[in-house]
Amino acid sequence: MESEQAVFYSRLLTELTLSFHIIYATIGVGVPFLIFLTQWLGIKKQDDHYILLARRWTRGFIITVAVGVVTGTAIGLQLNLLWPTFMELAGNVIALPLFMETFAFFFEAIFLGIYLYTWDRFRDQRKHMLLLLPVAIGASFSAIFITMVNAFMNAPQGFELMNGEFINVEPIVAMFNPAMPTKVAHVVSTAYMTSAFVLAAIGAFRLLKGSNHIYHKKALLLTLKVGLVFSIASAIIGDFSGKYLAEYQPEKLAAMEWHFETEEQASLTLFGFLTNGDEITFSLEVPYALSILAHGNPNAEVIGLDQFAEDETPPLYIHYLFNIMVIIGMIAMIIALFYIVGNALNRSFIMNRVFLWLIVSTGPLTILAIEAGWWLAEVGRQPWVLRGILRTENAATTSNHVDLMLLLFIGLYTVLGLASVIVLTRMFKNNPVEQEILDQQRNGR
Amino acid sequence: MSYEIIGIVVLWLFLFGYIIVASIDFGAGFFHSYSVLTNKHHIISNIVQRYLSPVWEVTNVFLVFFFVGIVGFFPSTAYYYGTVLLVPASLSLILLAIRGAYYAFTTYGKLRSNWWTYLYGFSGLLIPASLSIVLTISEGGFIEESNNQLSLQYKTLFSSPLTWSIVILSLTSVLYISAVFLTWYANKAKDRAATALLRKYALIWACPAIITATGIIVELRTHNPVHFQRMLDLWWMFALSGILFITTVYLVWRKKSYGLAFSLLTGQFFVAFYAYGLSHYPYLLYPYLTIEEGFTNEGMALALIIAFIAGLCLLLPSLWLLLRLFLFNKDYVEGKIK
Repeated sequence: MESEQAVFYSRLLTELTLSFHIIYATIGVGVPFLIFLTQWLGIKKQDDHYILLARRWTRGFIITVAVGVVTGTAIGLQLNLLWPTFMELAGNVIALPLFMETFAFFFEAIFLGIYLYTWDRFRDQRKHMLLLLPVAIGASFSAIFITMVNAFMNAPQGFELMNGEFINVEPIVAMFNPAMPTKVAHVVSTAYMTSAFVLAAIGAFRLLKGSNHIYHKKALLLTLKVGLVFSIASAIIGDFSGKYLAEYQPEKLAAMEWHFETEEQASLTLFGFLTNGDEITFSLEVPYALSILAHGNPNAEVIGLDQFAEDETPPLYIHYLFNIMVIIGMIAMIIALFYIVGNALNRSFIMNRVFLWLIVSTGPLTILAIEAGWWLAEVGRQPWVLRGILRTENAATTSNHVDLMLLLFIGLYTVLGLASVIVLTRMFKNNPVEQEILDQQRNGR
Repeated sequence: MSYEIIGIVVLWLFLFGYIIVASIDFGAGFFHSYSVLTNKHHIISNIVQRYLSPVWEVTNVFLVFFFVGIVGFFPSTAYYYGTVLLVPASLSLILLAIRGAYYAFTTYGKLRSNWWTYLYGFSGLLIPASLSIVLTISEGGFIEESNNQLSLQYKTLFSSPLTWSIVILSLTSVLYISAVFLTWYANKAKDRAATALLRKYALIWACPAIITATGIIVELRTHNPVHFQRMLDLWWMFALSGILFITTVYLVWRKKSYGLAFSLLTGQFFVAFYAYGLSHYPYLLYPYLTIEEGFTNEGMALALIIAFIAGLCLLLPSLWLLLRLFLFNKDYVEGKIK
């Protein structure tokens, strides 16, 4: 196999693994936080429904954790297998947060085991709730540390380059690179947001399927409140990310906004299609908006693609990914807002079938937004693995069997994906909440 | 002590930890499947399930910890091992993924089917075999370097007796370690039938485990004379390990203090494992990469060691809590509480 092909297949396999892992990882970061919140509410309000909610979420959560753990192990090892040159070089600077990520993961794994097996051991539910705190903290911190690694790839610093080797390495400086604050904040807040909408979708789905239990309504209100808070937070952080890009990675911003010429009072291109490489059709131009987005000033100058060599700019299709991400975020935010306001004013439209179906759609849609956002972030960094230092084609493995491995992993993820969906559906279909409440009452609890 | 020695000693310790907990895990899965196949699962499945459930995820972390750690301390290993291990390590990954996922699916998702159990149990035996390839490769002679390109010589690898000896050693020791541990655990649970069955397995697997271990030393004499010579210099450590082995088998044979027997077994593997590692020094990959050459810069080494100590302060109490709540909790082990 030519080395060009090895690069192509390595990219494909990495993309496949990450895209699959990110679904389970996002749920893995957000759901423990929601379980903790719910259990805390249940104890505070003395409401058994919330405790039951926490318990049922936990049961489903294990299945997603299992897939998250095994695919996370896969990507961890694949980084070395597919990008050996990159790991050899970057490992010198970025090993610290990678290492700390495994610590956070270790911490989470230990307490998750304890939490799962002590539901009935402690009389005091508060003690049991405390066990969940390390799980939620560990989950969020693994996201924080691993995002630091990714941020470093976008904004490498904390070393000096001499004859192709890193010297005077400062691991802490590398961790706290300029891309870190916005990236970490956006990853964590969208993970909370997405998990909330996924759980809201389940609640809305049960209501649609004829269950009219107050339990589902409580679940829906709680998750949509969390969803609203974090979708607003994600949008604000997203705006900061734009300002970061304008300052440090202008080629990514220019490519994702189709901003070809450097100019002041730059307008923002919404939607649209690109034909023949440079003609934009069906777009909506918002005057001054890009200057505001980039620098918070309608008259500011925004650097365009004309400032960069052609082989140093990312592909222009990332514009579509950006649109998908932002539109979904907005839709989810509006739906959550309508539900909460409608509920407060006691309006009946929130139980309307169409509206419930809209809520159901936010679950898969927000997952899609997560995928689109990551593709945007990663493809937007091309052609670099380490921006300005190491190009992608020089970092991949020279091994001849990447295509075969790609096929194997496609098979694996198909099986895991299908199996996890089947198992999760069966788990909850065979044991609806009404049945579980009856069982609990019968057991005198 | 220099940083690189601290680094490799600590990583070796984590690899040892993984070998012990993973052996228990893989072996338990195998014995469980085997008992389903032979209609004896009513005897041991409870014991196996009760031990595995709270710890299955932790086992996996030990492995992640090791490979992240070795790339952190010795970034050049990513280049050498990463390039040549693409196929064997990917296969291990797929097996690990199937195993981990199906354990969760069957235990929590109630996916009850004997086929899953077999898949789970038998894939467990292939993992140590595929992972142990790394040890074989580290002895040198299986990698060719030309035009700046490394490639693994599969034909040489699969026709070498050393490869197969190491594979068989990993299989037999997995079953041996696991059986001794589970005997102790079943005995603690006061489950007589399970204890008797597992004790039988322990005694059956003791013999092949020690024979293959000795066989490897002989294989190395022709394959890597430098390594063999260094092993001879450390003969007293291997002898100590042998004595610990004999004592373990004696205790299990006489049905005495299984707890002590398991500690002695851990000691036996610990001494042998460190003796092997010590004799491999200074090479990470013979003859391409030594510990000194592959080591990271000083700034990173210091940061990693500090992070490591801080992390252990967090992990050790947590692990202790886990063990106290499940492994060392009399009521839990005996199945009186969930």
